[in-house]
Amino acid sequence: MLDRTIAELGEALRRREVSSRELTAAALAAGADSTLNCYVTLCEEQALAQAESADARLAAGEAGPLTGIPLAHKDIFCTEGIRTTCGSRMLDNFVSPYDATVVRRLADAGCVTVGKTNMDEFAMGSSNETSYFGPVSNPWDEARVPGGSSGGSAAAVAARLVPAATGTDTGGSIRQPAALCGISGLKPTYGRVSRYGMIAFASSLDQAGPLARSAEDCAILLGAMAGHDPRDSTCIERPVPDYRSALGQPLAGLTLGLPREYFGDGLDAAVGDAVHAAIDVLSAAGASVREISLPRQDLSIPAYYVVAPAECSSNLSRFDGVRYGHRCENPRDLEDLYKRSRGEGFGAEVKRRIMIGTYVLSAGYYDAYYLQAQKVRQLISDDFQQAFAQVDLIVGPTSPSVAFARGERTDDPVAMYLSDIYTNAVNLAGLPGISVPCGFAGGLPVGLQIVGNHFGEARLLNAAHQYQLATDWHRRAPERGAG
Amino acid sequence: MTLGPDDVAYIAHLARLEIDPGDVPLYVRNLNEILELVERMGDAPCEGVQPMAHPLHAVQPLREDRVTEGDRREALQKIAPAIADGLYLVPRVIE
Repeated sequence: MLDRTIAELGEALRRREVSSRELTAAALAAGADSTLNCYVTLCEEQALAQAESADARLAAGEAGPLTGIPLAHKDIFCTEGIRTTCGSRMLDNFVSPYDATVVRRLADAGCVTVGKTNMDEFAMGSSNETSYFGPVSNPWDEARVPGGSSGGSAAAVAARLVPAATGTDTGGSIRQPAALCGISGLKPTYGRVSRYGMIAFASSLDQAGPLARSAEDCAILLGAMAGHDPRDSTCIERPVPDYRSALGQPLAGLTLGLPREYFGDGLDAAVGDAVHAAIDVLSAAGASVREISLPRQDLSIPAYYVVAPAECSSNLSRFDGVRYGHRCENPRDLEDLYKRSRGEGFGAEVKRRIMIGTYVLSAGYYDAYYLQAQKVRQLISDDFQQAFAQVDLIVGPTSPSVAFARGERTDDPVAMYLSDIYTNAVNLAGLPGISVPCGFAGGLPVGLQIVGNHFGEARLLNAAHQYQLATDWHRRAPERGAG
Repeated sequence: MTLGPDDVAYIAHLARLEIDPGDVPLYVRNLNEILELVERMGDAPCEGVQPMAHPLHAVQPLREDRVTEGDRREALQKIAPAIADGLYLVPRVIE
């Protein structure tokens, strides 16, 4: 049952072929049995209570499309009364006193929270190897990484442990693990989904979105997640369209842009072949395709690694060992309390980024680094706007390679950062992007990235859905899936 | 510029991070590699470009200045490492 999509499970639940309690119990058991290390916490008691209340609503005929659907939350989302670790020793003991807006909205829509998924510490990583709770394995090959930072969410959905999960994407953290695990993952427009209760990494880039088995499921989930929230001042007040009802549009008349910079050196040839084959499918479905250029694309990783660490150094200054989180033993004085609590609580990658951020914001360096990065960010955004004057959507690879081996890039932060070469720019420009499975290279999944203009989620989801009507890559499951 | 061990120790102090002295050489290497990556944007021609303040050029919404949250002190202090009489405890600051 757990290998079905939300759209299919919703039907089965409403026809009473299966109960939410049965689905939830199956998802809890699959999570407990799995050796992939996808979950930091399973929420058995609360999940079964939520499932029973969903079953009551189903019996009363009051069910919506998500009523009774088991779901996992990335452990970056605060969940009231449930441990929320953000993959860090710093928050190992943190039980949130409130729910994130995303958690609240999905619960109100009837979703059942099965558990909290593993992730790179504070969402800083592209391989899920920086988690304090250990690495997550890729279900297609357990010696390989699932991508990151939403690695636990992506691996759990791919392994059929749960039909869908939430994630966050600051530089590719939904799209890249979705690509490496062979599932669909959507990063919405900046400000489309509330960031309230989502532990902040880089506030001008962070955005929450769904990871699921199909674009249609992403559309259903986004509809429940999106919308204005007065508790997040960056959340845009704009009506939420019915994404699911926008999925039936033909692709005829749509123009897709292929940025030549996304198909150059550094792209694995077999990944490029799968992406080109996917573009042929979209073209056969009626879309016209033309080459475009995003000339300042090569500046996106340098600009990102100023802006993101700068914001992280500021956001993570709240972890001081005083009000919540890890506190060192027997501090000598207040400075010792701060330094040792933070030194013990944070892992190496988080420390690197805090130090880079502290440095680029420090007196005398601000103009050369931070101000320059914000100017470059504007140039990158201008490139996208020039492209969107000619095309409706931009398509290309999500990641330059398939899933890499565990340990391959852990000693080389810069090599790890380059995993996100096709995704970073989208965050810098605040655009929506989706990754959908488009084939295999060496037995490992390849992701196709589709990028839209601001608030163009409906068009983007429709293109992805039309692609999935013509292909079955999103139906392929790893052999060791829970079934 | 290139950072040395003293620079890294000073940055760690500014960030209130205790770093094991044995780890300093690795941080020196890593931070310099990252800065080298970052400096690739240094020559980008940006004359007359306005630094981006918001990806959608949105402005911060304003609201009335009134209390909207209830008193949740007990719930919020339940997760604190050390409290007494509703106060957070830290090492003595003033002798």
